[in-house]
Amino acid sequence: MIELDKDNFDSEVLQATGPVLVDFWGEKCEPCKALMPEVHALAEKYGDKMKMCKLNTTQNRRLAIGQKVLGLPTFIVYKNGEKVKEISGAENCTPEAVENLIKENL
Amino acid sequence: MSKVYDVVIIGGGPAGLAAGLYASRARMSAMIIEKAKWGGQAGTTEELENYPGSIEMPTGPKLMERMKNQAEAFGTELVKDEVLSIDASEKIKKIKLGSGKEISTKTIIIATGAQPMMLGIPGEAELRGKGVSYCATCDADFFAELEVVVVGGGDAAVEEAIYLTKFAEKVTIVHRRDQFRAAKSIAEKAMKNEKIDIMWDTVPEEIYGDGIVEGIKLRNVKTNEVTDFRTDGVFMFVGTKPISDFAKGVVEMDAKGYIKADEEMRTSVEGIYAAGDVRIKSLRQVITAAADGAIAAVNAEKYIEKNFEN
Repeated sequence: MIELDKDNFDSEVLQATGPVLVDFWGEKCEPCKALMPEVHALAEKYGDKMKMCKLNTTQNRRLAIGQKVLGLPTFIVYKNGEKVKEISGAENCTPEAVENLIKENL
Repeated sequence: MSKVYDVVIIGGGPAGLAAGLYASRARMSAMIIEKAKWGGQAGTTEELENYPGSIEMPTGPKLMERMKNQAEAFGTELVKDEVLSIDASEKIKKIKLGSGKEISTKTIIIATGAQPMMLGIPGEAELRGKGVSYCATCDADFFAELEVVVVGGGDAAVEEAIYLTKFAEKVTIVHRRDQFRAAKSIAEKAMKNEKIDIMWDTVPEEIYGDGIVEGIKLRNVKTNEVTDFRTDGVFMFVGTKPISDFAKGVVEMDAKGYIKADEEMRTSVEGIYAAGDVRIKSLRQVITAAADGAIAAVNAEKYIEKNFEN
């Protein structure tokens, strides 16, 4: 997965063509960390059809808030620089829900 | 024939981990199935000072990691999967998992716990992750130098409000009664905290904002006056609901879905036990959950000795 920060967010996400998934996570977000192995597995499975990225919000707080993300875990799919779908909150962001989010936006 | 476990524990919070520890130390073959994160609700509770012995490292995530390592060290099998259903029609019970696997076991301990409840007011679901939060440890970082509202008056609400003062500029607790339900020591700590304001007799009516939380409408329950309160975030700690859908129709529950179990943690079905927050009880804490888990494991062992030949 591509690690995002303020230097590459524009080029990797907003200026990308095709769908991009961003996993917004944080260093103190236990549900996010618990979910990480499953997200990596999904990135392997769908990586050739959708660009898979993650953003450490602890290190990139302003960037996350700029994307109107103030809660974790959050997964957003972008297409042509626009948000098309997002899910947020531990009980909403199950591995199945993340996989569905990917499949619906391929 | 595939392996038959002595005990399968559903849920990896304090109740389930304690049950695993006791079962494994009794040389039972034990598996804990957890669908999301180990440690349950305690795994995201930063301030956890009421578990005996945890005062030097009073954080929930650390305490729960130690509990998990301890159960694993004694041989409990830890599995990440989701339980879809239980079949208790025969003496050997079957558990169907999200991965498609089916597990056979002599006994089951349901320790799935509870999860934060939503109030269901306008804006709450729409602004989730945009300033509406149910997890202070997950989201506190975002609110550095900002102002937040905490809704609720129990232990969780007041403890998390105190935790949030380490980040936010100001924390306003909104509570529907005129005093806290939280333990007195916690309540006193909050009332002394200069960053905390308290609005008694107040309930939230609506959370609003354009793509991000901008404010909350509050109603005083005594005067019915509605005021508009500007804030950057709203943390909800208004109670919990049990996670027990998969066991509906199998074991007896109350109308809310809490499982009925006696003092020995026995449910309405022989060989199935309930432990921790998922059970009908008066005090839902890490310490009572762990105690439930131990009692359930010991009774599962007794049940196996009586009902199965080795």
